[in-house]
This record gives sequence, C-alpha cells and structure tokens, in this order.
Amino acid sequence: MWKAGLDIGSTTIKCVVLDEQDQIAYQIYERHYSHILEKTQELLRRLAAEFSKGEKVQLAISGSAGMGLAQSCGVPFVQEVFATRVAVKKLAPETDCVIELGGEDAKILFLTGGTEVRMNGSCAGGTGAFIDQMATLLKMSAEEMNLAARKARRTYTIASRCGVFAKSDVQPLLNQGARTGDVAASIYKAVVNQTIAGLAQGRTIKGNVLYLGGPLTFSDVLRQSFDDSLGVTGVCPENSLYYVALGAAFYSDKAFDPSRVAESLNQYSAGSTYASEPPLFASREEYEEFHARHQKASVPCEPFGQDCGPVHIGIDSGSTTVKLVVIDQNAHILYTNYQSNLGNPLPLIREQLLNIYKTHPGLQVASVTTTGYGEELVKNAFHADHGLVETVAHFTAAKYFLPEVDFIIDIGGQDMKCFKIEDGAISDIFLNEACSSGCGSFLQTFAQALGYDVKEFAALGLFAKRPVDLGSRCTVFMNSSVKQAQKDGATVDNISAGLSISVVKNALYKVIRASSPEELGRNIVVQGGTFYNEVVLRAFEKEMGVNVIRPDIAGLMGAYGAALHGRSLSEPGAKSTLITQEELENFSQQVRSVKCGGCTNHCQLTVNTFSDGQKYISGNRCDKPVTGKSADNDLNLYEYKRQLLARYKPQSGFRGNIGIPLCLNMYELLPFWHTFFTRLGFSVHTSPMSSRGLYLAGQATIPSDTACFPAKLAHGHIKALSQMKLDAIFYPCMTYNLDEHLGDNHYNCPVVAYYPEVIAGNCPEIEHIPLIYDYVGIHRPADFVTKMTAILKKYFKGIGWSEVKTAADAAYKEYASHMADLRRKGSEIIAQARKEGKRIIVLAGRPYHVDPEVNHGIDSLICRCGAAVVSEDSVSWLEQKFDTSVLNQWTYHSRLYAAAKYCTEQPDMDLVQLVSFGCGLDAITTDETREILHRGGKLYTQLKIDEITNLGAVNIRLRSLFAALEEKKRQNKGRPRLTVIRNDHSETKKER
Amino acid sequence: METRDVKAYPKFTKAMKATHTILIPNMAVLHFRLIKAALEKAGYRVEILGNCGSQVAQLGLKYVHNDTCYPALLVIGQFLDALNSGKYDLDHTALLISQTGGGCRASNYIHLLRKALVKAGYPQIPVASLNFSGLEKDSGFQLSLPLLCQVVACIFYGDLLMALQNQTRPYEDKKGDTEALTEHWIRTISGWIMQNKGYSAHEMKHAFKRIVAQYAAIPVTRVPKVKVGIVGEIYVKYSPLGNNGLEEFLASEDCEVNLPGLMGFVQYCIFNMGQTIRLYGGAHAEILGSEALLSWLDSIEKELCAAMKAGGYHAPARFKELEKLPKGIIGLGAKMGEGWLLTAEMIELVQSGYENIVCAQPFGCLPNHIVGKGMINKIRALYPTANITPIDYDPSATRVNQENRIKLMLAVAKERLNDRAKAKEPLLRLTAEDLGGGMPMLNHTAAGL
Repeated sequence: MWKAGLDIGSTTIKCVVLDEQDQIAYQIYERHYSHILEKTQELLRRLAAEFSKGEKVQLAISGSAGMGLAQSCGVPFVQEVFATRVAVKKLAPETDCVIELGGEDAKILFLTGGTEVRMNGSCAGGTGAFIDQMATLLKMSAEEMNLAARKARRTYTIASRCGVFAKSDVQPLLNQGARTGDVAASIYKAVVNQTIAGLAQGRTIKGNVLYLGGPLTFSDVLRQSFDDSLGVTGVCPENSLYYVALGAAFYSDKAFDPSRVAESLNQYSAGSTYASEPPLFASREEYEEFHARHQKASVPCEPFGQDCGPVHIGIDSGSTTVKLVVIDQNAHILYTNYQSNLGNPLPLIREQLLNIYKTHPGLQVASVTTTGYGEELVKNAFHADHGLVETVAHFTAAKYFLPEVDFIIDIGGQDMKCFKIEDGAISDIFLNEACSSGCGSFLQTFAQALGYDVKEFAALGLFAKRPVDLGSRCTVFMNSSVKQAQKDGATVDNISAGLSISVVKNALYKVIRASSPEELGRNIVVQGGTFYNEVVLRAFEKEMGVNVIRPDIAGLMGAYGAALHGRSLSEPGAKSTLITQEELENFSQQVRSVKCGGCTNHCQLTVNTFSDGQKYISGNRCDKPVTGKSADNDLNLYEYKRQLLARYKPQSGFRGNIGIPLCLNMYELLPFWHTFFTRLGFSVHTSPMSSRGLYLAGQATIPSDTACFPAKLAHGHIKALSQMKLDAIFYPCMTYNLDEHLGDNHYNCPVVAYYPEVIAGNCPEIEHIPLIYDYVGIHRPADFVTKMTAILKKYFKGIGWSEVKTAADAAYKEYASHMADLRRKGSEIIAQARKEGKRIIVLAGRPYHVDPEVNHGIDSLICRCGAAVVSEDSVSWLEQKFDTSVLNQWTYHSRLYAAAKYCTEQPDMDLVQLVSFGCGLDAITTDETREILHRGGKLYTQLKIDEITNLGAVNIRLRSLFAALEEKKRQNKGRPRLTVIRNDHSETKKER
Repeated sequence: METRDVKAYPKFTKAMKATHTILIPNMAVLHFRLIKAALEKAGYRVEILGNCGSQVAQLGLKYVHNDTCYPALLVIGQFLDALNSGKYDLDHTALLISQTGGGCRASNYIHLLRKALVKAGYPQIPVASLNFSGLEKDSGFQLSLPLLCQVVACIFYGDLLMALQNQTRPYEDKKGDTEALTEHWIRTISGWIMQNKGYSAHEMKHAFKRIVAQYAAIPVTRVPKVKVGIVGEIYVKYSPLGNNGLEEFLASEDCEVNLPGLMGFVQYCIFNMGQTIRLYGGAHAEILGSEALLSWLDSIEKELCAAMKAGGYHAPARFKELEKLPKGIIGLGAKMGEGWLLTAEMIELVQSGYENIVCAQPFGCLPNHIVGKGMINKIRALYPTANITPIDYDPSATRVNQENRIKLMLAVAKERLNDRAKAKEPLLRLTAEDLGGGMPMLNHTAAGL
C-alpha cells in the first residue's frame, strides 16, 4: 500500500508518497500563500487522481499549520520535529545533530548523547520568513540573494536576536550604500548566530550535522556560514525539503481515501471561530462620508512652470523611500516625487534633480533642505543648504494643516514617530527603536507573503465583516497569530483588516502606550505613507474616538516640512548651494567599507566618495575618522568612569591569581573587590572591556535568549577569564546592594543578583577553574567580614578574620573614594559645562551601561551633539529620599528616580534614560521616571538598547530632543516664534 | 512644579470591612475557594473573580506598561474588567492583591494596579495588600492569628485535594467521579471553616486520612500514562487564565499532571527570612522564628504526606527534603520570585518519576532566567532523563505555539513510555499518533503498518 506524508508548514506544503520499498514515488513542494485549506484539498485530490485511484493510502499529516486540519479530518497528526527525527533515524542514521530551518521555525535536534529537541519559541528571528523579508528589503529573490552573498568580501554586524532588529540594521547599511552582496552574506551570518544563540543554548553542536528545510537547501552560503561558525562540515541530504513529510509517511498507519479526506475538510472552513473586531464601516455611506472628509485636507498645487521661482526643495530620504517636494514662496506645491529607494537613494535623487534642472532651465532654487535617515548623506552628496532632523520636519509640515496640532503620528515604512506638542514645541517623542511591528513594511511583507499587492491587500480589508483580532505585539508574534487565525478559518479580507488594526494598536499601546485618546490630544495630524491605507486610517480614528487630519500629502510630509523649513530660513534673493546641472551630470558615488583603525573600537566605516572628491563617512562612533582628532570626551563622565576602572590592574600577589568578570554590577564594585583581594595577597585580573568578539565567543552558553544583553555579555567575560590561567574566578551572588538610603529597600535586580548561578550552571569553562559564586552581602560591613572569612575558608587556606577585616576596611574605603571621585568629577563637568554654556545630559542607566558594547557609544554621541554627559549616580546623592508612586526597592533604580528629581530642579539639565531590551524592571522604572520628569516640566527621553548597533534612530531621537529643548528655551525667553504659517494658505508672516 | 502626593491613594480602612466587597483575582482555583471561606469567616465580604476572555488581557495592555509581566497585565485587566462590568457598587468595592516584598517586579503589582485604577477612572477604589512582609502597614486589611491559621489550613487542604485529584482523575473508571468528590470536599471544608473548626493540627490529621481514603476508594484502572510536572512563576503555574488552561490541555493529552503545592511557596518565603540572616547577618531571633514556624508547618505536612502514602498515593517531598535538593545546583540564597524552590521542585519531580516538566513563566520573567531556564542544563546533566520544556506566556504568545512545544515534549515522553512498556509488556503498543503527540484516540486498535 502507498504511504503518504503531508507536511503543511507555515509557508509551504509538501507531500511525499512512498512505495512498498519506502522509495519515493511522488513528491510535491509548493508555496501555499496561506490558502492552506484549498491547497491541501487540491493536493489530496491530485493524490487520489494520480495514485490511489479510489484505493486507500496510509496517510499522516505533519507541520506547524497541519494540526487543526488533521484534527478536523481525523487523519493522524505527527508533531513535525518528531517526524523529522523519524526520517533522519531511517535515512541518515549516522547523524548527530540536525539543523532545520523552516518558514517560521528553526529547530535543532540532538540525536546522540541524550536526545533533545529545540525549537524557536516566541521569536521567529532567523527563519525562512526572516530571510524572505530581508530579500524583499534587498529587492532580490531568495536565489539572487544567495548568488550575491557568494561574492561578498566582508560581513557587517547585524543583530541576530530578532528579525526586526536585524531589519533596522540592514536598512541603514543599504541607505549608506553598503554593497548588497556583503549585506546578504551578513544576513546569513545573522541567521546562523540567531540559531546557535537561540537554540543551542549551551549545548555544543558537533559531529555529523544534517541541514534540512528550505533556506538551508536553497542557500549554499547559509550552509557554508553554519559550517564556518560551528567548525563542522554539514551535509544537506537528498530530499532535504521533504524530511518532515517523509517522517509522516514512515509513520502513517491508517488508511484513507484521499478524496474522501479532501471532502471532509470542507466542513473545516465552516466552523470558523476566531476572536474578531467589529467591522470598520457600518455601511457604504459611512465609508463615503469618511472618504470625502479626508479629501479636504490638501495643499494647493500650482503648475510647475518653466521658469517659476524662487523655489524651495525638500528631500526626505527615508528608510525605504525617497520623497522630494518643490514648493514656491507661498508654500504651494509645484512638484512631488515619491519612490522606493531601492537600497540607495542617491541615484534616484540625482535623476530627480537633473530632471528638474532640465525641464526648468530658468529655475531659481532658493534652498534645498534634507531630512530623514539619509539626511546627512544626501546633504553631503548634493551640497544641500540645510539638514533638518526628521521629527522637526514633520512637525513643521503638520502645523501647516493644523496650527493648533497637539499630536502627530507618522507611520512610515519601518519607523513610527509620534510626538506630542505643547506650547509650540515637541514635548515628547515616541519612536519605535526596537520594534517595527505595525509599520508599513510589515503590511507590505505580509501582503506579498499572501500573494497580493499591498494596495490590493489593504483594500480587501475595508469592508471585512469580522476583522481578526491580532492583538498588539511584535511582528513575529503577529505572524503566529495570523497562522492561528488562518487555522481557525479567517479569510484574507478579515486578516488584512486585522493586520491594519493591529498596526494602530501597536502604535497606540506599544509605542505610545496611551491609555486614553484625551491623553494624546484632540488635534491630531496623521501622516506617513501607511496612512494612505484607509483601513489603518479608519482603525486609528475608531481606536482614538476622534476624527483626525490626514493631509493629502501624508507620505510627503517630511519633505514638505523640510522645504518649509528651508523657505523660513531663506532671505529674499537667496541662492541655494545645490550642485549645478553640470555637476549633477557628472555625479558619481563610490562606496567603500573599511575598518577604522583610530582606536580599539574598530568601527566599520562606510566611506562614500563623490565625484568632486568629497567624502562622506558613516558608521563612526566618534569624529576621529572624519576630523582626524580624538573624540572630545572631556565633558563625558562615562569616559571618566571607564578610565577609573582601567586603573585597577593586577599586582603581584603571593596567594595566586584571581579573576573578576567585568560585567553587570562589577562595573561599580570592581574598586571594592579589586582592593579586597589585592589586600589579601591575590593578583586580581579583570576580563577585558566588552567587544563584539567577546560576546560572540560566549554566546553559545546563554540559556535564556530573552535575558538582557548586559547579562548575556557575562558569558563572554567568563570565557575570556577562562583563557587567562587563573586560579579562581570570583563572581558572587548578591541579593542586596549597598543601601544609599534613597529607597525603601536596596535590592539588586534578579538578574544582577543571581547571574553567577547561571554562569555556574551553563558555562563549561568553569569545569577547569573554580568559580567562587557564594552569596555575599556587602550591605552589612560588620557581618561581611565574618561571613566572607567563612566563605574564603572553603577555597583558600590560612586567611584569618583579622586579615579579612583589614582587606574589607580598605575595600570599603576604596569604594567610597571611587564614588566620591565620580561625584567630584560630575560636579566639575557640570560646572565646566555651565561655564561654556553647554547643555547637561544626565545619561541615566545602571553602572554597566558604561560598557561601550552595551551603550554603543551613545555617551560620545551626546557629547558630539555639544552637550556634557554625567551619570545618574553622580547627581543622585544630591537628593534626599522622597515618595514615589511605585515601590522604590532597587538601589540602582533609586538613583534613577533621584537623578530625575534633581534634573527637574536644574534648568540646564535633562535626563536621557538608557534601557536595555529585556530589562523587566525598567517596565516599571521608565513610567515612574517619566512621571517625575513631567511633574517637573521636563522632557523624558528613553533610549532602548540591545545588541543593536545602529545609532541612526538614537541620533534622531537625541537631535529631536535638542531641537525641542532649543525651542523651549526660545519660548521661555519670551521671543516671538520665528515663523507662523496660517492654514488659510495666505501669505506667510514672518515675525522677528 | 505641580505637586501631587504620590501616597494619596485611597486606603482600605477597618470600617470598610463591613461595607465593602473585596474582589480577589483567581489563581490556584481550589485553594482560593477555601480561602474565601476563611476570609468570610473573619468578617470580610469576598468575591473571587472568574471573568476571563480576551478583553481581560486587552484592558491590562491598555492600562499597564506592555513590558510588565503577564500576570500583572492579567490580574489588573481582570480587576478592571470586573469594575467595568457594572456588577459592583463602585463606592463599596475594594481589591485585594498579593505582595511578596521580594526583589522581583511582583512587589510592584499593587502600585501598578493603583496607577491603572486612576488612569481607568476608578481612583476611589481602595486596594489592600496581602503580604507577610510588613508592607502597607497602614491598611485596614490585616491577617489576624486565627485567620492566618485558617489560611494555612486551607492551603494544606487545597494542596491535598489538588494532588489527590491529579493522581486519581486520569485513571477513574467513571468520568466525573473525582471531580465530584473534590467538589464535595471543598464544600465540606468550607463548612468547617465557617464553623470555626477543622483547622487545628489535630483535626487536620484526621481529616487528611478521611479525605485520602475517599479518593482511594474511587474505582480506577491504572495504566501507564505520561507523567508531567508543572513548575513555574506562581501565577502562570496555577492560574488557568495565565497558562491557557495548561492542566486541562495536558489532561486532554492523556497525561497525569503534578503541580507542586502552594504550601511549598509559603514555607519557602518563611525559610528565606531565616536564610537571609544566615547568609548576611542580622537578628538571630528571626532565624529562630522562621525555624519555629517551619517546624510547626512540617508537623502538619508530615501528616499530610503520611496520609497520602498510606492511601497508596505518591506523596510530595516535604519542605525539609526540598530544601536539600538544590545542593550543588543552585544556592539557597536565590530568593527572588520562586527562587531556588522552582529548581528544587524540578529536581523533586524528576526524582519521583515526573521527569517530563513544563516550566511555565511569563515572557521575560527575570527570576526565571536564573532559576528556571538557567538551571535546566545543569539538571539535565545530573538527571539525563529530565525532559523539560520552558514555555513563555504573554498576551500574544499564541496557544498553538505553546501547545506545539508541549506536544514536542510529550512526543519524547510518550516514546519513552512506549519503550518502557515494550520492555515490560510487549502487548501494549502505541500508535503513530500517540507517539507523534496528536489527538488522543479513544478506542484505538494496534493497527499494523
């Protein structure tokens, strides 16, 4: 009897039929474009027609999307990893380990030495869907991407934790002109890292490795990348796509008539039960009214005559698109252009500008202003007059439509920007730094995955009867929610509407975190290309309970705002510095990527060289590669902290060598422990400052992929210490921190407190070096001596109480003087900044945020913006304990609250909070800090950081902050606003 | 600067005891029903919330920081949903939430709840804290000694009923017998509490025996089944709302489930008071106090375990034994969240035949990075048969994903069960479907390949 296995995956459907000898007689591999039910039925009917011809076959179903189907038609279901295992045991019994990447899942199976199966959990980063998404971003097919990657010369660091982060790494690389081949290879590398870090979780992959599933079958570069990282030579066997189906077939033991099964599936769609939302429009009329209302918000257009002028050009080089607007002196639009940037915006802009020059020979260009992600690149390439941070550009444009605007939300390709406006200045900014869920590109990718054009897809949702309730969370989760909805019989129109609604929910509840519309404002302008989607627009209005303004140029607002900005700065008769038509004709751009040798950071620089010999460098963390001078870090307390830590060097010790990992709380306690052990006669060695290499070296032993990045780095530090020929590593568990009397208690967070336990449980390195990770309390100095004496006795001979006492006294003294030193330096920096009239930023985080690998050089970035940087612990001591509305029980966080309060009392001081992704405590502290600052009339800025290395979003955030601060300052001085644009489209008034 | 007294939230006053209905979120279903009786006996008007549905999580998401842990979102969402329902007189309703006072985020739930109440337009609703750490001393909700004793008894009874039910139900001959008996005992014990009896050590000892005997009398057919233990963050471990009906799902997969009891957590909290002093120094009296309390609890626990064993049931390890298990795996100083107890429970489960374990936690749960996921490798190294799968719960983690992962764990478990069965009695053969973790078949035959 024939044996058939059906593998219904998240993106494809596979079928295998085996004959009596278990030889493959027939096989099918197809994308199902989410028409799971129809495809399955079609396939079963084909099976009936071509093979069984009325006879029964043994049948089993497997695959992530197959469970529901199997249940409804009574065909046995085999869990897909289990099916893989069955097939591998039969077909490749020598295998030690299987790596299988599918559409949305990644799996590792360890077959020898304790069978174990690992699947990706809530994170689908690094799977086929992710590679597809990246290929789309590169404007390539999966095959083209593989071909391109073969020619790669180098790889970039792309965050591997989550596909979404990777995307925000890739996009800027493309915008900066990195070679697509290099980017493609980097993406494969990221997939490899994600799989190893996320799934291996400490277990070494070795021996005979088998590669299965679509991505690994189709991309030899990906396989090579795995081979390189694992140090193995893996094999991609024949029929590598069909292993799950094969496993199902091997295990099939019940006979069915396929055509009967297909028929019984008809009932499946009938029972559609999924959580749904009310329809967006009750009636056609309601839609018509809605449509007509939004037609009204428009800017007058004038014909773009041959020699009209003076004109102002605004260019918004966004993450996925390039927008260009030409306006006249009356702010009327003469010309607009909106197109995908195809990875490199410069040729497109050149073409546009050339076109404008050619068709308007007598044109007088008064100003050119650039904005968006590519602001600097475009400005440098074409010698534009002004650059404007994109948030301000959008605000400027929004004011044109609604002068009393108090809230703007812009949803673009992969970024979302929202800002609140109070007193004519941006008072609060929300950016989606760590997550692009709910953005245009997500909808686009999804439309493509389902086989639709994005516009067509969006339109489907308008009149959906029961939009799927997909919740408001990460894109990755949405993928599986959609999968579930499909399983439950949701149709494409309902999915389309559901996705659009979740875009809105994400913006409101995830990015902005609003609880009521009133809180955001009542005069709302929505913009960005995504709002052209009327479903998104409608869902937004419904969710907010208010009608909003969507300008007809919603997708061009950045460029329009930039043009308006240029216009406001231009004196009559001004002439732009834009390069001439001739120069444009000859314009060329060469992109090179080099590793900066300026310092130990070794930044990956992308160097654009233009035809006039000018260079534009990006990817740098400091100005050294640009100006040749070292970074000016005189007014940077973070830099000073690093210098202080670097002073603790090993001294010779008669008791042996002891190592301390420079991670988490050790960034603060190093002075204490270094002194303590040095005094006891040890030579105390620390692990080196964190680096990418150090992280990667330790990543294989990380057991929990959702822990914060600073904690994950600890594994690399242990690895580094293990290679230093030490007698022991000291990394104690510390439930409590020192009590600074700023809060109700003085805990460490659970991760800081107990991470040594994780190290002890998961790092094989410590099999060879004793790890001292006892529970230690330095918060009780008197008891500490006794307790520590007892602990040391377990590991070393002859360290008596009095010796420990002397060492402890010295350690406490050293710690006190270290902290005093910080505070003194902090005060100095503040005084110096005030003398120079600079702004002071309290960059508030935890001690370990001084780690350059953790903060990605944000401290220096702030200094480059012309401000001084101090840390939270350098000002928190100036405050007394005060009441907070949350339980104030962690030492580090108490400092944060105190620092925030202190900022509210200093006119020239503002707080920027660094938040590590995955820090659970910061879910609580960020809200409280925001409240403290707002009560004191201050802006709150939060920067979420992770492995992510791109500073683009951070830069925008900081520049917006500085722009808002400047605006506030100007207003406080009582000076009239520079420009007032009235929405009756009359002459602009300049009041100066 | 705008001034606002951040401590100006409504307090639960003594007078409210008579006037207000206190809403309690549901967690451990059996235990909470018993505790309700104890609170009512003490004069409180109490209602345990049973509302669920997607709006609960949605309200939580709307009024609480989305990165806050799932239990906080759910509990707060459940409260707000109840207040929105119109069922309650908003001027005479109060909320009760537990507070551990440890270094975990959970100690802050009460503050997040208060913030959410203000944002959602219920600033007048007082919130009382249920804690043993001396937090919120100004509250009118205080546990008196008799009430405390009753609550302790309720937890013991709850643990016993839960364990007996879990060990009986999968094998009962007549579907529904076990649950009917549990229902009977919940009512009986509640009745005792209302009559101020049944909660002394002496009375409990006798009651334990009677209860066990009645469960043991239920007609059962014991066949080998996959045994699954559940450990995790306390709320998602017990609450069906939090874990998408995990117990029910496992039951539908034909497993025997073992949820370590709630008393272990109480003992762990008491133990930690002493342990903190032992590790870092402090008043020796606290050590003595915690030891005295533990030894009192142990004297009852001993009886409970003895009764279970006498009835032919698997008795859980006593806390005294649990305390020894983590040696060499995790230190007893790890006291945030479920701390070392969670690790100890995993070891105990593996040792007593429940080698298949679901470790349930909210997505991004900080202590579980350490004591759950962080310890799995070490436990596996020591106990190679341990088949542990960590499952994350959060508002958007879909059930299908979670169940898929659990099925994977079950597939391995069933295969092993089959291997063992084959070794012992070659007649029993499981079908591919059983092995694959598919739907349980009601009347399967051993169809040949």
